[in-house]
Parts: sequence; C-alpha cells; structure tokens
Amino acid sequence: MAQLKNFLSTRWGIISVGAFIGIVAALLQKLGNPGNMGICVACFERDIAGAIGIHRAAVVQYMRPEIIGFVLGSLIAAYIFKEFRPRVGSAPIVRFVLGAFAMIGALVFLGCPWRALLRLAGGDGNAILGLAGLIFGIWIGTLFLKNGYNLGRTEKSYTSVGWLMPLTMIGFLILMFLFPQIKGEAKSGILFYSLKGPGAGHAALIISLLVGLAIGFLAQRSRFCTMGAFRDLILFRQAHLFSGLLALLVFAFITNLIVGQFHPGFVKQPVAHTMHIWNFGGMVLAGLAFSLAGGCPGRQLFLAGEGDGDSAIFVWGMIIGAGFAHNFGLASSPKGVGPHGIAAVIIGLLVCLFIGFTMRKKFA
Amino acid sequence: MSTTVDARGLSCPQPVLMTMGEIKKVDMGEIVVLVDTDTSKENVSRAAKSQGWLVRDVQEEGEGYRVIFTKEIVK
Repeated sequence: MAQLKNFLSTRWGIISVGAFIGIVAALLQKLGNPGNMGICVACFERDIAGAIGIHRAAVVQYMRPEIIGFVLGSLIAAYIFKEFRPRVGSAPIVRFVLGAFAMIGALVFLGCPWRALLRLAGGDGNAILGLAGLIFGIWIGTLFLKNGYNLGRTEKSYTSVGWLMPLTMIGFLILMFLFPQIKGEAKSGILFYSLKGPGAGHAALIISLLVGLAIGFLAQRSRFCTMGAFRDLILFRQAHLFSGLLALLVFAFITNLIVGQFHPGFVKQPVAHTMHIWNFGGMVLAGLAFSLAGGCPGRQLFLAGEGDGDSAIFVWGMIIGAGFAHNFGLASSPKGVGPHGIAAVIIGLLVCLFIGFTMRKKFA
Repeated sequence: MSTTVDARGLSCPQPVLMTMGEIKKVDMGEIVVLVDTDTSKENVSRAAKSQGWLVRDVQEEGEGYRVIFTKEIVK
C-alpha cells in the first residue's frame, strides 16, 4: 500500500495515470461516448444538469456515471490512505461564481481542458485554439497569484460536511437505478434523457461507473490536474503535473490511431465549431477561472471526494453555470457560438478580473 | 535560526508560493513549513528540493505536518 502511495505521486506515477486516462477515454468513445468526448468534465456535468432539468436542452441530458465515479473513487482513495479531510470556508461564494463562469467559458469552446486534449488527440485542429486560450487564461491567473491573490484559508469541519458531495453523487446514482433509460423515451420518472445528440451517446452505465471510480482513485493519489500542469510550468518551471497531461494526450492519440478514431482537420469535427476567436476566448475565460479557483474541473471533483467543501461548491457552480449557459443561449453548438455566448465571455472575464484584482492578502 | 511558514488551510499553489518566497529571502539555513494536506506536503517538498534544499524531517502535527527543510552554505 505504501509503495503504491509513493509511486503515484512520483513523476512516473503521474505519467502512468495520464496514460491510463488517455487510453480509457479514447476507448469510452469506442464504447459509445460522444466523439472526442470519452471524458469531458464540463460536458458531463452539463449533461447531469440536463438530466435533472436545470436546463432543458434536449440533446444534452444524461446522468453521467463517470462524474459520480470520479467523486466516489477519490473518496475511497482518501479513506484508504487516510487523507479524507473535511474542510470548508475559503470564500465559497467566489468559488461558486468561478465555477459558473468556468463552465460558461468551456461551453463556448465546447469542452473542458480534458476534452481539449482528447479533441487534439482525435485530430480536431480547433482544439489548438482552445488549448492556446486555456494556457493564456492560466497565465493571467499566475500574474494574480504572483501578486498575492488568494481566497483565504479553509477551516477543518465535521466529517459529514466532507460527505455531502459524495452522498449527493450516491443519490444521483440511485436515481439512475430507479429511473433507468427507456428506449425511445426522453424521460424516465424524474430524470431526463436525450434521444439524439451528445447526450444520447454513452457507454454502458457499469463501464462508465467503473472507469470513473478507477480514474477518481488514481487521480486522488497522483493529484492529476490539467490546470495545475500549465500553472506550475509557468509559475515554477516545474513539469511534474505537465508530464501527466502530456501522457494523456500522447496515449489518447495512440489509442485513437489504433482504433481508427484519428481524423485530422478543422471542419466537421464531432461536437465542435470553427470560430477560432471564440474557441480561444471561451477557454481564456475557463482557464482564468480554473486558475483562480486552484484546479481544473476534474481536480475539483477529486478534491470534493476527499472532503473539500469549497471544491464541492465549485462543482455546483459549474452545474448551475451549465443551466445558465443553455437557458440563456450562451453555449455553442457545432453551428457556432450561441446568440449571447460572446457577451457572456466578456462579462465572465470582467468578473474574473474583479475577483483577481480585489482578493489578495499577504500572509505573515 | 529557523523561520516558519504557516500554510495550513491554504490550497495549492499558495503553500509552494510561500515556501519559495521564504527560500528566496533566507537563501540558506532552516525553514519550517506547516501544511495540513498530503498534497501540500508533497508539493512544498518537491519545490524546495528543486531549489537544492533537503527535507530534513517531516513530523505529524495536529491535523497536518511540520516539514523541516535545510540548506547548508556551499563553498
């Protein structure tokens, strides 16, 4: 056990975890998940928002078991290795707002950092613009960090506080069992399902759940984070997390080549549009929001699993943000940006700058 | 003489930023860093090692860790 613990936090450990995620994500696409969307934390949380009716975009409604698995896998790892630490109180409202705008930015691009990598690994050239935007957004975040930006200390809290997010996920899973998808029906009990579009594309529940649990477990141990990968590289010239990200990209690419999922080009890519400026702009917003909140959307789920209540709030910010994104026409579609997507990116950037400039404190 | 960096309750990258700031300030000697998660313990250790500091000791303290770094004068 101790050896596993040490190994996963080493350079080779994080490379192995990145490679594992890259391979299984590409395979999930083969098994039914949408194109270049084996795992997309933003898209999948957006689908969950659709499944519970927070938005009613008919094509993106599914209670994604991968997300449930991420939180519960991390919870299991945290308990086995005695790292479950219930904590809250580091500016939760700010984390909620950052989560909401991170989601809006990601949905203008059509993907979180994980999916940006998977899109590139599948040959989608538009992902280059998204990744460039992500890096630029994170770079702005590092400028704030260098100038003392931070959201303050957390406080230790009750064990049950740390359990609320995992329990919510268990509740979501129970809902899936109580109200399973009925062929040809857009609703089962209280849950919404998609008949077409990305929400209709998914691997079998048990496979998605097991993959989610495995990734949650491994990522909790290795601290895998796609935002931290670029941030640490920019801020400290440290490539530890970045090596995990690179492994994800390379192994997803190799897997795609093997299973015939690599289709290079810019047009007609799955669940993608070609408006370069807004592929870039959307991810500047997402990258800055992730950077100010201290973790990519995957990492926020893993932290929520190990008891971090502030990360749980960020996750809820993303889910509610997805509601705004689809109800207000902010999210993009393969046709291009939504009617109010550009305005939302600009407002989101202004909100992030407001947060970055005004929230700083020096610690003795 | 050692200085203490209290990074408890702060999430990454704050503990690393504070440790690196202290490393720049004192240049050598001993720095004690207080953290409350294993992630922070690993992160500050990795950062300090990259600057040529040694992890002399890691003690469990309360809900977290007391990590002691040292760097000798090199002549």
